[in-house]
Amino acid sequence: MNVFKRTFRFYLDGFANLPHWGKQVWLVILIKLFILFVVLKIFFFPDFLKTNFKNDAERSNHVLENLTNIN
Amino acid sequence: MLDGINVALVDWSRAQFALTAMYHWIFVPLTLGLGILVAIMETLYVKTGNPEWKRITRFWMTLFGINFAIGVATGIILEFEFGTNWSNYSWFVGDIFGAPLAIEGILAFFMESTFIAIMFFGWNKVSKSFHLTATWLTAIGANLSALWILVANAWMQKPVGMVFNPDTARMEMTSFWEVLFSPMAVHKFLHTTSSSFVLAAIFVIGISSWYILKGRDIVFARKSIVLGAVFGFIAIIYTIFTGDSSARDVAHYQPMKFAAFEGLYNGSEGAGLVALGLISQNTADPTNENLKDFTVKIEIPNILSYMAFLNWNAFVPGINDLIKGNEKYGVLAAADKIIRGKIAIEKLKAFKEAKKSGQIARADSLKTEIMSPEFQKNYFSYFGYGYIADVNTLIPSVAFAFYSFHIMVVLGMYFIFFFLMALFYTIKGKIHKKKTFLRIAIWTIPLAYLASQAGWVLTEVGRQPWVIQDLMPTMAAVTKISVGAVQVTFWLFAIIFTTLLIAELKIMMRQIKIGPKTEGGAK
Repeated sequence: MNVFKRTFRFYLDGFANLPHWGKQVWLVILIKLFILFVVLKIFFFPDFLKTNFKNDAERSNHVLENLTNIN
Repeated sequence: MLDGINVALVDWSRAQFALTAMYHWIFVPLTLGLGILVAIMETLYVKTGNPEWKRITRFWMTLFGINFAIGVATGIILEFEFGTNWSNYSWFVGDIFGAPLAIEGILAFFMESTFIAIMFFGWNKVSKSFHLTATWLTAIGANLSALWILVANAWMQKPVGMVFNPDTARMEMTSFWEVLFSPMAVHKFLHTTSSSFVLAAIFVIGISSWYILKGRDIVFARKSIVLGAVFGFIAIIYTIFTGDSSARDVAHYQPMKFAAFEGLYNGSEGAGLVALGLISQNTADPTNENLKDFTVKIEIPNILSYMAFLNWNAFVPGINDLIKGNEKYGVLAAADKIIRGKIAIEKLKAFKEAKKSGQIARADSLKTEIMSPEFQKNYFSYFGYGYIADVNTLIPSVAFAFYSFHIMVVLGMYFIFFFLMALFYTIKGKIHKKKTFLRIAIWTIPLAYLASQAGWVLTEVGRQPWVIQDLMPTMAAVTKISVGAVQVTFWLFAIIFTTLLIAELKIMMRQIKIGPKTEGGAK
């Protein structure tokens, strides 16, 4: 068996024989990753500079404007 | 003050970051410390061939796995917040922050996720030595991941190895090695990891004590306590030494934080260390309501001077010296720093306007001037002071800094005696009779978390108002978004993290109640 097949079998066996606690934590991990990357990142945490400005020059100008705009 | 930035937005953004960072830090130290402890346990198993060590290794590895799995990716949220809530900051720091975080991400993904699979799936499938290597590499990988985060944090406390480029409005790294090996980064890494080892040792002793109190798995529990106590004792001694080095870094590079955590209002030669104290509501200085008097304090003469500068009679500047200046000791007044900061901002503004109006030659000349070592040293290094309207806002919360420092130190001293007593009772074979000590051991687990969190509260609250020491105050770092949006995500995080914590505790408690298993799964 080549190394890729053996590695695949290794992971497959590992996941197939997960203990009860292992199944529970994997469930928690999957729910958590879904909430983080699908719900929070998309709906609540857009990258402000990437979303609002087209390129790095515009982003630089915006930050420069913010940093020098004091009263 | 910056246009469009209000205090509520800054406070909620800070509260949100503090909440997520503190929850994240509940999971991290146990992963860092327990990983190493499990690797030592497995080493003992491989060296001795004693199956009891295998049983011990597998049990603690299970708790390590639960903690690791629940905590994994909780730090990603902090990176989301950089992009959304701290966009000025994340742009301004540029690659200085990006490079260590990228290295951390690669290391965490490849090293930890590869070897952790062998750790959990590889029993009886790979050789003993290969499995042991995978366990050590997982533990080392986790600690190396922490290194890069701590390097980035240390840079915020003491910015080095960079120059500001007005064209891009970003810091550019001039020396990776200066950033990596700055004393602040080295000491912070050693102090943070060793304190995490202490926490893990207490965790092991506390849970093992529960088994002895229940009268079950006694051999397992005694062996775990001996190992935890020896490891914890070595780690706490090292933590104290590295904490001492870190304190000296703070005295040199963040003197205001140093004065705040000692409640030192007026500097002196041969300054005393307030070992214990209670801060009252009365102001010690009628001109400054931030400076509260002590109701009671126990002070040890000359120790603070030695702690800060390794000289019993050295001058340690107090808060008033740092605000008003002290010519005799070469302490620049805050007002002078503000003037220099304003000059730096004005120069940057002139550059921006020249660039905008197409005056290329003038813009180039201003850029050269701003990037010159002389301007960077004499003016740009005070850039953040240009935003400060009231010098008193340069003083962090003295009570927060003072109490968090003293809680950490007092608990650190207690841990020394705790480890020695655990070792003494176990070696003498009396541990099962010491019911009070066993109960104390269980309650020492939350105290270890309290000490660990207190250290970070001191680090982060103590450096306020700075997000990057002297260069960028917190108010200049935040994104102009609505306060309501930040409040919503604050409560969302509070719910998510609390749920995760409850899930971890429930799964972990269940495994602790099941206890260590023998080969084949039988009790």
